[in-house]
Amino acid sequence: MSAPPTLLATTKPTRRPTPHKRAIAFFVAPFAALFTLFYLLPIGYAIRQSLLVIERDGTFGVPTQVFGGLSQYALVFQDQDFMSSLGRMFAFGIIQVPIMLGLALLFALLLDSPLLRGKRFFRLAFFVPYAVPGVIAAIMWGNLFSPNLSPFKGVTGSVDFLGSDLVLWALANVVTWVFVGYNMLIMYSALLSIPTEIYEAARVDGAGQLRVAWSIKIPLVRPAIILTAVFSIIGTLQLLAEPQVFQSFSSAVTSTFTPNMSVYATASIPNSNLAAAMSVVLALITFVLSFSFLKFTQRQENQS
Amino acid sequence: MSATDQSTDVIKATRRGTAARGPRENIMSRTAAMVIMGVFTVYFLVPIWWLLVAGSKDTGSILTTNPLWFADFQMFQNIGDLFSYRNGIYFQWLRNSVLYAGLGGAVATFLAGMCGYALAKYRFRGREMIFNVVLGGVLVPATALALPLFLIFSKVSLTNTFWAVFLPSIVSPFGVYLTRIFAAASVPEEILEAARLDGSGEIRTFFRMSIRLMSPALITVFLFQFVTIWNNFFLPLIMLRDESLFPVTFGLYAWNTQLNQLPELRSLVLIGALVSIVPLIVAFLSLQRFWRNGLSAGAVK
Repeated sequence: MSAPPTLLATTKPTRRPTPHKRAIAFFVAPFAALFTLFYLLPIGYAIRQSLLVIERDGTFGVPTQVFGGLSQYALVFQDQDFMSSLGRMFAFGIIQVPIMLGLALLFALLLDSPLLRGKRFFRLAFFVPYAVPGVIAAIMWGNLFSPNLSPFKGVTGSVDFLGSDLVLWALANVVTWVFVGYNMLIMYSALLSIPTEIYEAARVDGAGQLRVAWSIKIPLVRPAIILTAVFSIIGTLQLLAEPQVFQSFSSAVTSTFTPNMSVYATASIPNSNLAAAMSVVLALITFVLSFSFLKFTQRQENQS
Repeated sequence: MSATDQSTDVIKATRRGTAARGPRENIMSRTAAMVIMGVFTVYFLVPIWWLLVAGSKDTGSILTTNPLWFADFQMFQNIGDLFSYRNGIYFQWLRNSVLYAGLGGAVATFLAGMCGYALAKYRFRGREMIFNVVLGGVLVPATALALPLFLIFSKVSLTNTFWAVFLPSIVSPFGVYLTRIFAAASVPEEILEAARLDGSGEIRTFFRMSIRLMSPALITVFLFQFVTIWNNFFLPLIMLRDESLFPVTFGLYAWNTQLNQLPELRSLVLIGALVSIVPLIVAFLSLQRFWRNGLSAGAVK
């Protein structure tokens, strides 16, 4: 395994002298060094660890790490808990992300339409939950969902939101509650940057608000929607704090409920080689998903 | 259209940007819009209202009185209890969070701003390579780094220290991305040339002029990074054992897991949660303008 490539381009010999070389080094070097140390090095180290296996000399022998090829990765894909945590997050993402972004888009369009009064108030009120850290939001909703603490005991007493059937969607609600306003704000600021002249023609044609929203506004804020979608996909696969907190409220949240919880549980065994392989798999899946989503939406855009 | 004899109304309605389809549907869609927003206002604010009410009660009446209205108002006594519990460990946690997120966010913004500026304003070999690697870094989930960071830090005996959480937090690839885009658009080449003619060095120009022109992006990056660090869960979970090093959210998590053994902690968890989010909410709402500007800069690309 070679050392991770250094980012310091200025240390390489250049054909033509670059002007302001020292200033560039001064600006780039600190970030590049830290990025190498705390991003590239851990990635390289995780890959290296994931390729090793523990071997013992007999039952009581000293354990040593030896190269094991992809055998840890084979174990990752045989790990029922890890695979079902991945499946759970796919289900979560397919349902929760469209709902959250749909709501965010609806609110952004309403804020941008002439239909509302008190826009400033709504904008602030919807954004407030984003200031609440995931841990705190999960503590709050854990109480609100609990059958004996909730203000809505009539509901939570008869519907078991924290049972194994619904707890995933109770978590989806926590994430939605926190992030709708944030995504709304991204889309709303994209809507604000559309020049109003564009609407004039539509008005002359007698197009209604719905039609303007559908045919003009939504296509123009596509980049913002795609950005929020990519962030949401990444966020879903990384889910950790909220389910970890929910363990205190619900026995249905196992210690391997999400992929990251699986990584943590495996690392605590301790089986850091397998946990490293899981981290790599998770990072790759995240990367591939968000990247192919970007490519897919770009291609669609080129076609239309 | 029946509205021809009310043409002035129609024109007015059109000027306001509403559909000129007659006032009746207008009122209906206005009402529908207000109802939707009203219902969701309740959804977004009731949990916070509930926390505010719960923070004003003692452990007994949290369970027995109406959860959405005040009973025995003893919020200040609760706050006193919170800060005196176990020699003020909660205050220690708040201090830690401010250091991790405030100082860490500031350093991260500064480093990312310099790098993004150089990537936007200078041509040098490897520039695109650096930018692409950093962009890849944006898509790497930070939690995937937590475990290998732990393994590396344990080799150099840095786990369970302040640095274990602080050092990884000062790297913000997203900050480089955003400041590069922003610097390219908002720091004109002419100004840099003029500064060069005046004999100002590149670094001096950056600190005296460019940094000011980039300030909306820098504030956005700072806020982003501040929130990311403040909410960071995996790093403290995996790195820290000593509770005097916990950030406040992780400390509250630790208390919340002990509720079965120590039920009297419930009121402390709730008032602690409330006290920890009030400054965040105030900061967020007052700085919202900057968020919006910076966010739209990032969303343009």
